[in-house]
Amino acid sequence: MSPAVLMFLGFIAITLWITWWAARKTSGSSGFFAAGRSLKAWQNGIAVAGDYMSAASFLGIAGIIAFQGYDGFMYSVGWLVAYLTVLLIVAEPLRNAGKYTMADVLAYRLSPRPVRAMGALSTLTVSTFYMIAQMVGAGALVSLLLQDTGITYQTAVIGIGVLMIVYVVFGGMLATTWVQIVKAVLLMAGTILLSILVLAHFGFSFSAFFDAIGQVTYTNAQGNAVTQDFMTPGLRYTPPYGALDLISLGMALIFGTAGLPHILVRFYTVPDAQTARKSVVWAMLIIGTFYILTTFLGFGAATIVGRDFIAANGGTNMSAPLLAQALAGDLFFAFISAIAFATILAVVAGLTISASTSFAHDFWTNVLHSGRERREGEEVRVARVTAFFVGAISIVIAIVLGPTANVAFLVALAFAVAASANLPVIVLSLFWRRFNTAGAVCGLGVGLVSSLVLIAISPSILRADAIFPLENPGIVSIPLGFLGAVLGTLLTREPEAEHKFTELSVRANTGLGAERASSH
Amino acid sequence: MTRKHQPPNADLTPHTGSATDVAPLGRSRGKPPHEQTAEEDRDVADWARLAATAEFKALLKAKAKFVVPATIFFIVYYFSLPLLVGYAPQLMARKVFGVVNVAYLFALSQFFMAWILAWAYVRAAARFDRMARAVIETGR
Repeated sequence: MSPAVLMFLGFIAITLWITWWAARKTSGSSGFFAAGRSLKAWQNGIAVAGDYMSAASFLGIAGIIAFQGYDGFMYSVGWLVAYLTVLLIVAEPLRNAGKYTMADVLAYRLSPRPVRAMGALSTLTVSTFYMIAQMVGAGALVSLLLQDTGITYQTAVIGIGVLMIVYVVFGGMLATTWVQIVKAVLLMAGTILLSILVLAHFGFSFSAFFDAIGQVTYTNAQGNAVTQDFMTPGLRYTPPYGALDLISLGMALIFGTAGLPHILVRFYTVPDAQTARKSVVWAMLIIGTFYILTTFLGFGAATIVGRDFIAANGGTNMSAPLLAQALAGDLFFAFISAIAFATILAVVAGLTISASTSFAHDFWTNVLHSGRERREGEEVRVARVTAFFVGAISIVIAIVLGPTANVAFLVALAFAVAASANLPVIVLSLFWRRFNTAGAVCGLGVGLVSSLVLIAISPSILRADAIFPLENPGIVSIPLGFLGAVLGTLLTREPEAEHKFTELSVRANTGLGAERASSH
Repeated sequence: MTRKHQPPNADLTPHTGSATDVAPLGRSRGKPPHEQTAEEDRDVADWARLAATAEFKALLKAKAKFVVPATIFFIVYYFSLPLLVGYAPQLMARKVFGVVNVAYLFALSQFFMAWILAWAYVRAAARFDRMARAVIETGR
């Protein structure tokens, strides 16, 4: 058995123990969906980081920087600055006015059934996109790592799917949280170690490291060897549409994070808005440090391993693990690969629980059954069944897709959908008195449809025949989402929604009447 | 404050589910009024009166005074990076020391901008918390 498999089994053992422990502690809806709202700021902060730094961050960004230099670093910047939107605008009002899901805040003053149905649809769409990216990352990793062990790609994907179902079904939010915390600590340790090794490779001389970045040699599409300065922007985003695409990507990243359902639900796991705020700051410290270190992961892979070798040995997503192998041999390669697995596992668990919560709480209980459980514990039971189906469906999708595109790029599409559909309605429902149900349904619908259609006719899907020239739809679909929400609102009147705004505003700003921690 | 209570269906038989655990947020109420306990029937506060207090208006004003300029600032600062990288590539490719260019330093500065702004917000928010407590006090 290879060291990578052993290390991964070790991680599985720890997480299963966490799940067993969490299952004994968890009871009731708020226990299952929100970990009893009793997490501390640092715990939730690390868990947010663990939920957020996905295969896209670790495998994807390193890959884009290794292949296209500076332009990949733009992902790192956007993914941190995005937390300012979360911190300044969304986190605290959401915690104060909501209960378990993003749609809670919308349903507060709007007609609950239509907005919850749309909210659940949008949550499931964003989560699926995100999940596809994670599974593609897992696929890339598995097909390279386990090629001699007899474990096939299918077996490994089924294994990941089953584990994520076990965490969520038995351990709920508490188990998911601690899996994310363990993963975040491992990921940071691995990244810092890898960065130190990159610097050590250059004799701890920054100037030697940066000089190497200035002269990266690789074979281009025509088969000629070229030497390029990888620090110079513009290797990925080239004219005529490169600049627009860069801005579009930036918009999706900056406004998408605050609309990601699996990140938003994390703010329900703390006792109050003050703790939610502190946990964002904890997350920003960890996430920011990680993204600065992608400089070493990405440029390290470009200079030490080289683009040609990575392309021949698993493709862009394998840059970070291959860098580990080049620097410190097979054991470290195994360690970094095991961390990448852990990363994927923790993120898919987070996605699964937010998707299941949304389906059970928004759609099953509140849309289909008028907001009441027919039997005690029904909502949690429905969420568990949903988690099982979400897991099964993503296993199938992952097996059908296999390792293809860069995972950071795929995740950026999920961000575009979240930014176009979710963010406009969240912001408008919190800050615009006149906003109403028609506006919310319209905004969610237009944002969702426009971003999906633009992706479908973009170069990512249609290659050379693309009708829409940009890779990322954000620059068009985000304004369209806002426009849809505003127009839908202005075309109708809903006095009750306006009347309820007063109550929402007092609640969101003072925390009066907010859901409290359950005493366990 | 009055509230319209509409039973979700014609069957008013008391149900034994844990209604308090999944009581729906928002306008619809799960239970008809005659089934509600005193605890459930009590509204937490007189929202309209609280919203009209000088303390609450001061809180909103203080928050807006920080959050609006801060948001505009970070959006402008952030988007100048892709704008300059896209439309002023020569400027951004200018080397500062070694191969380290303006583009990389500007990108790196974004991290510190985000951290500093977050720190400033946390400081300001301590004041908002005090003001929010004052609003809640007036409701007692």
